[in-house]
Amino acid sequence: MTNLAQQHLSYRAAFALVVKRDLTIALRHKDDIINPLLFFIIVVTLFPLGIGPEANTLSRIAPGIIWVAALLATLLSLDRLFKSDHADGSLEQMLLSPHPIFILVLAKIVAHWLITGLPLIIIAPLLAVLLHLHEQSYAALMLTLLLGTPVLSLLGAIGVALTVGIKKGGVLLSLLVLPLYIPVLIFATSAIDTAALSLPYSGQLAIIAALFFGSLTLAPFAVGAALKVSTN
Amino acid sequence: MSLILSEQLAPLISAKQLTCIREDRILFEQLSLTICAGDIIQVEGPNGAGKTSLLRILAGLSQPFEGEVYFQDQAITHCRELFHQNLLYLGHLPGVKGEMSAIENLTFNLALHGLETDQVEDDLAQVNLLGFEDSLASHLSAGQHRRIALARLLNTKAPIWILDEPFTAIDKQGVQNLEQLFLDHAEQGGCVILTTHQDLTLAAKRMKKISLTYRLY
Repeated sequence: MTNLAQQHLSYRAAFALVVKRDLTIALRHKDDIINPLLFFIIVVTLFPLGIGPEANTLSRIAPGIIWVAALLATLLSLDRLFKSDHADGSLEQMLLSPHPIFILVLAKIVAHWLITGLPLIIIAPLLAVLLHLHEQSYAALMLTLLLGTPVLSLLGAIGVALTVGIKKGGVLLSLLVLPLYIPVLIFATSAIDTAALSLPYSGQLAIIAALFFGSLTLAPFAVGAALKVSTN
Repeated sequence: MSLILSEQLAPLISAKQLTCIREDRILFEQLSLTICAGDIIQVEGPNGAGKTSLLRILAGLSQPFEGEVYFQDQAITHCRELFHQNLLYLGHLPGVKGEMSAIENLTFNLALHGLETDQVEDDLAQVNLLGFEDSLASHLSAGQHRRIALARLLNTKAPIWILDEPFTAIDKQGVQNLEQLFLDHAEQGGCVILTTHQDLTLAAKRMKKISLTYRLY
């Protein structure tokens, strides 16, 4: 009988390994970070030019503009999540690693959020000034983005995992993912609007938080299963 | 179609009644095989005969239409973690990231499979990549990518090696070194399953063959 290899595996080490790798790649291939951010900035700045600089109109539509732009910027960046790994064979190696797939998938999603979600959150208050967002709405804007953008990455990952094996899956990806984004959009903009009226918005925030924790616990498993099907 | 390759040892990996269907075409059906420690097996056949499909099924990447793959008499779907710790699979694609250097690629690949990473420089030197450790992989050639992937063979403890076209883009000297590596691995109680269209010098002595034929229906 041969000696079988069986070593102790650390979930935390595997998680840190994949996050570090994806961040290294993104920092060397800066398009991944700059493209969605630039898209976000351009879309938001085009609205005052198209609609006119009237403060009342702009502050009325500001939450919607910022959130729709953030949503589309995330959608634009989703493709990178698994596509290049699938194209060069690293995805196969991840599926064949002894670590549970959901840990590796969760690490990739966290890295994706750090690359695309976090820059959006940092730049959002500056763009909100441009759109004359109500002063009392800033906290709500930041909180909804902080809770909402991870949901976009998590749900989007399911769509990417399902379409990664398809040559031209771009349209299919939008059709799959956008309907799932709608609840986040509705509750986030509603929370910001409520905050503008100086009313409590903790209800909407609680629902977004529920969406966040729900997708955080369930999405990695769905993504793992979808990846197995896609590489079959 | 059934073949038993060696009977004297407990099988490392075995398959029972495998059937694979792709695009409504049966690639192979009722294929059973038993692979023991010390076996070097070449899967051969024309393009499209199902060599890669068979290897992917054995590695657990694809599901067979019918049948089951066993790792030491346990279905691989039931002992995923243990099986993957004992498996090294290299596919058509080397799994090397262009944005990372040779050494980073190898370190990541080893760590991903829970292996030690303190000898990576020696490993790269052994596959003739001395001096290229810190070059970004996108600046290296296809053969050098393949060598980065193959460097994992030097460090792994896994007894089962499943290699899909490992000699692609590798020069003659490299092929000889690899053949010697396979022999040593088999001597030490491992098994190697590979596909290649090259004539190997170790063929006559040690190699066993599985021949797949191209079927039209």
